[in-house]
Amino acid sequence: MKTYLSQIITLVKKDLVLEWRQKHAFFGIVLYIFATVFVINLMIMKPEDKIWNALFWIVQLFVCVNAVAKSFMQESRGRMLYFASLVHPRQFIIAKLIYNVILMLFMSIMSLVCCTMLLGNPIISPYYFIGVVMLGGLSLSLIFTMLAAIASQASQNAALMAIMGFPLIMPFLMLLGNISRTAFEPVLQPGLVYMFCLLGGLDVLVIGLALILFPYLWKE
Amino acid sequence: MAKHWWKILSVVIILYTIIAGLSVKIPIIANNEETSRNLFYHVPMWIAMYTQFGISVVASIMYLASNDLKKDIWASSAGSVGVLFGLMGFATGSLWATYTWGGTITDDPKQISTALALLIYLAYLVLRSSFSDLDKRARVSAIFNVFAFALLIPLTYIIPRMVDSLHPGSTSSPGFKSADTDGTMMRLFYPAMIGWALFSVWLYTIRVRYRKLALKKIIHA
Repeated sequence: MKTYLSQIITLVKKDLVLEWRQKHAFFGIVLYIFATVFVINLMIMKPEDKIWNALFWIVQLFVCVNAVAKSFMQESRGRMLYFASLVHPRQFIIAKLIYNVILMLFMSIMSLVCCTMLLGNPIISPYYFIGVVMLGGLSLSLIFTMLAAIASQASQNAALMAIMGFPLIMPFLMLLGNISRTAFEPVLQPGLVYMFCLLGGLDVLVIGLALILFPYLWKE
Repeated sequence: MAKHWWKILSVVIILYTIIAGLSVKIPIIANNEETSRNLFYHVPMWIAMYTQFGISVVASIMYLASNDLKKDIWASSAGSVGVLFGLMGFATGSLWATYTWGGTITDDPKQISTALALLIYLAYLVLRSSFSDLDKRARVSAIFNVFAFALLIPLTYIIPRMVDSLHPGSTSSPGFKSADTDGTMMRLFYPAMIGWALFSVWLYTIRVRYRKLALKKIIHA
């Protein structure tokens, strides 16, 4: 059990170190966030609450596609085979999930900072919103990790990511958009707890499916 | 003949529900008036769609367990027949919405979420077509299919129930079942569901046979 966990931690560490060594990819995404938000700033200086919210989640969606998609593409075939000989596929997917969650949480904070800097700050309850953003980053990265794993098996995987991912991510974005609206209004929304439970349930579902299905995906 | 009775049954039931559905006297429910007849044509499409997607996900799980390409043919055939019925359900619903809600595509949560569910399954069909290796295609699309079904249920069952919908039976508009005191509508509605579900299974078996013929050499090799 102890080696099982330490192997996962080593895999996560390896990904993080790799990320830090290849700074171009990392800072590429940071620049991507800044550029996207800046374009929105140029087009509609200070959007209203509702539009601010919508634009923020769209930025999050595209950032997630770009940040998470490469996590499986950067692994060459040979290296995958090497991992397969060392660890159980379940450990590998857990490591990838953890790594992508860490990456996406960082990117979420970046895009939140960029958005409040460039698009004004209509948020009334900031701590609540930061919490929702974290939860959103978590949900998005979980589902896109699994989709990236599926897409990496196909040929033109970048286009496939968008085709598969956008319909699948919609229920998450619908829920997140509704939940985060509370941060802009002083009134409490009805059914908020229920929506949180549903989102949490969906996250658990995605993790469970990833753990069950990934070993099949890796069989080669 | 003994094997085909249910096919004949499905056609008879569908013909009966189409003819009787247009001619039977129905109660006038709120401001739906005669458009309530759409119940006989719109809702059975979803039953057929769920039947097919159910078959599809079970076949996908069976494929993952057995690696038998026949199961993949079952899954993909049921997936495409299910999408067909989903599109028909969406079309009949939108047509109805045009005359009762005053818009073909509205912001009704049920309409949005079913459109998303259909997009997910269309993505499944696109994903299938992007592989050239049969075994790989079967494996990867089976995995995606399980995901799709796992999200179909919250999307079309849980989320629409949380929010207010324009649909009959939701909080703001009266349901049909309680208003249908004589039971004339339910007497047609339940057979229609069974009839269309059987018909979808028939279409599915034809599709399976066609695909098996197309892949005959590979499966028997």
